[in-house]
Amino acid sequence: MSQTLFDKLWAIHRVGGETGGADLIAIDRTMLHERTGAAALKALASRGLGPIAPERVFAVMDHVVSFKEGRGKNESRAPGGDIFITETRAMAEAAGIHLIDSDDARQGIVHVIAPELGIVLPGVSIVCPDSHTCSLGAYGALAWGVGSSDAAHAIATGVIRIKKPQQMRVTLEGVLADGVSAKDVALALIAAYGAGGGARMAIEFDGPVVRNLSIEGRMTLCNMAVEFAAFTALIAPDDHVVESLKGRGFSPDTADWDAAAAHWQTLKTDPDAAFDKEIIFDVSAIAPMVTWGTSPEDAIAVSGKVPATANDRALDYMGLAQGQSLAEESIAGAFIGSCTNGRLSDLRQAAEVLRGRQVADGVQAVCVPGSKSVRRAAEAEGLDKIFRAAGFSWGAPGCAMCFYAGGETFAPEARVISSTNRNFEGRQGPGVRTHLASPATVAASAIAGHIADPRGYLAEAAAEPETEAARS
Amino acid sequence: MTPFTQHTGIAVRLLIDNVDTDQIIPSYEMKTTGQSGLSDGLFAGWRYLDPAKRVPDPAFALNAPANQGATILIAGENFGCGSSREHAVWALAEFGIRCVVAVSFGEIFHGNCLRNSILPISLPREAITKLTATDAEPLRLSVDLPHQEISGEGADAFGFEIDPYGKRLLLEGLDPIGLTLKERPAIDAFHAADKARRSWVYR
Repeated sequence: MSQTLFDKLWAIHRVGGETGGADLIAIDRTMLHERTGAAALKALASRGLGPIAPERVFAVMDHVVSFKEGRGKNESRAPGGDIFITETRAMAEAAGIHLIDSDDARQGIVHVIAPELGIVLPGVSIVCPDSHTCSLGAYGALAWGVGSSDAAHAIATGVIRIKKPQQMRVTLEGVLADGVSAKDVALALIAAYGAGGGARMAIEFDGPVVRNLSIEGRMTLCNMAVEFAAFTALIAPDDHVVESLKGRGFSPDTADWDAAAAHWQTLKTDPDAAFDKEIIFDVSAIAPMVTWGTSPEDAIAVSGKVPATANDRALDYMGLAQGQSLAEESIAGAFIGSCTNGRLSDLRQAAEVLRGRQVADGVQAVCVPGSKSVRRAAEAEGLDKIFRAAGFSWGAPGCAMCFYAGGETFAPEARVISSTNRNFEGRQGPGVRTHLASPATVAASAIAGHIADPRGYLAEAAAEPETEAARS
Repeated sequence: MTPFTQHTGIAVRLLIDNVDTDQIIPSYEMKTTGQSGLSDGLFAGWRYLDPAKRVPDPAFALNAPANQGATILIAGENFGCGSSREHAVWALAEFGIRCVVAVSFGEIFHGNCLRNSILPISLPREAITKLTATDAEPLRLSVDLPHQEISGEGADAFGFEIDPYGKRLLLEGLDPIGLTLKERPAIDAFHAADKARRSWVYR
C-alpha cells in the first residue's frame, strides 16, 4: 500500500497501540533546554526515575543564557535565569545525559545545533519541549515539540503515547523572485490560510521550490509550521541532506554509513500516496513579507498596506491604522537571529544588504548568531565585520531577543523588525511592537530606519563588484 | 492527577482568537524550574495594569467580581498556540481552571491539558456563541465528561469529541509514565529489534 513519508516514519517507530486511539511511538532522541527541560528533569528526579537511554538525551543551554560577548558560564539575560542554567546543568550531570553547556564550543539554539552535531538525522524520531522542534523535519525526521511532561515521559520510557495526526501536503510551485526567501514563503502561506490553517496536521512540504531551497531555507520553512498550528512539518531528505551529515559528531560512523544512507533513500512519499488535505501554493508572485499585527497570519507584502479587515485589538497594540502603509513606519529596533533565521545563510543574506552601509540613527540593531558554529563560520568569512561596521552588535549565541524573559529589551511601544517567528503581544518585551520579516528585510529596514524592501539594496550590491572586492 | 468526571463552575469569556501561551504565562513570569507558584503570573500582561506591582486591570474578564472562583475558560480559535511551555497549563490549573472551551487549540497546549487534569473542549463557534449568549452573570456551565456533553443553565447541551486515550487520562486521573512503564517488555523488545535494523541510531 502506498505510504507517505510521514506514514513510513510512524511505522518505523510504532512499538504498539491500543484500540481507538494512541500509539506508542519510540523516541530516538530527546533534546532539552534549560527553560522547559529543567522541569522535565526535575519531575523525573522527584519520582526517582532515570533515563532509559541517557546516551540519547541531550540538554542544551540556549533560552535564557546571556547574549553578551564574553558572558559568564551562568550569566543569564533574565533576572533569576541563572537558576535555570545551574539546575539544568546539575540535573543533566546527575542523569548522565549529554550536556552542551553555555561555554561549550558546540553550544547554540537547540534546533540550530541538532543538525550541526548530527543529533537529528533522516528517519529518527526526536522530541524537545519546544514548539519549534518542527524545524528538524527539514531533515526527514519525525520531529515535534512536546510539553515538559511528555519530554519526561520520553526520557523515562523511551516512547511517547500519541494518536497519529492527519496529514497535509503543501506543494510549493513556481519560482522564487530575487530577494524573496523561505521566511517570506512561510509568512505568505500563513497569511493565505490563517494561523490555524495547518491545525493538528503533519505537513509535508514538497514541490520544485522546496527541492531548490537550501537545507537552511527548508529549516526556516519547517520552523514556521507551528505558527500554522501544525503538529509538525517534514521534507523528504535528498542527497544534499545526506552529504551534509557526513562526519557530524553523532552521525553514523563509517561502518554504519552505507546502511544508514541506503535507509534514508527510502524516506519519501510514494507517488500515489494520499493526504487528508492538499494545498498547492504558487510562490512566484510572493514579495518580501512583513507582519503588521500580533499573529504571524497578519502578514503583507513589505510595500503593502494594513488591510481594511485588520482588527482593532492588534492595531491598537501595534499603533497602526487600517490602510496605512508600513513602509512609512520608522523603527527603533532590528533583530537578526533565532531558530527561524539565525543560520549562516541568513547572516549572509543580511550582510549582503548591510555591506558598506550604516544603520539609521535611532535604531538599536542586534545580531545574534544561532550557534557558536554559525558564529565561527560567519567570522571566518568576515560577516561579523560587516555587521559591526554597519552598527549591529554581534552577540553570543542563544535565543536572545526572540522572546522577552525579563531583563534587557527594547522600550515599550518601540517598533522592532525581527527575523524571528512570533509577533505576539509582549513577545519581545512589554508593549514592544514586533514586525516579523526575513533577515534581508530586517537588514534593509535597519539601514533605512523604516520598514523597507530589501530588493533595492540587494540589486545595488549585485551591481557593485568593487565593493565585493573591497570586502576581502 | 485529579480525576475529571462531572464539573459545574463559573465560566469566564475570553472570546479572542489565537490567544498564545506567551499571554497565558509570559516568560518573565516563569521564575522557578518547578511547576508551582505560577498562578500569580497567569495572564499577567492582561490581568494587571502593572505586572510588576500586580495592580489588577478591572477591564480584564478574570478580574470581574462576578467571575471570582471561575473554573472554566471560554475562548476563540487556536487557543494556547505558540510556545510549548507547559507552565501555561500549570498556571491555569493552579489558578483553579478545570476546563477550557475553544473553537480549536494549539496542539501542544491541548496535550499538556490532558496531562494535567484540565479538560480541553473543542466546539464550533456557533455552539460557543449559544453557550455564552446569556445576560446572567456569572455564566455557569456544566461539563459531563463520561457523556461528553457541556451545557449552560437551562440551555441546550452540546456534545463534544475527545480521543479515548485523553478521556481515559482525565477520567481515571492516570499517571501517563506509570501507565507506559507497564509496557516496558514490549518497548525493550522493540529497541532490541530496531537496534539490529538501525544500529546507527543507538550509538
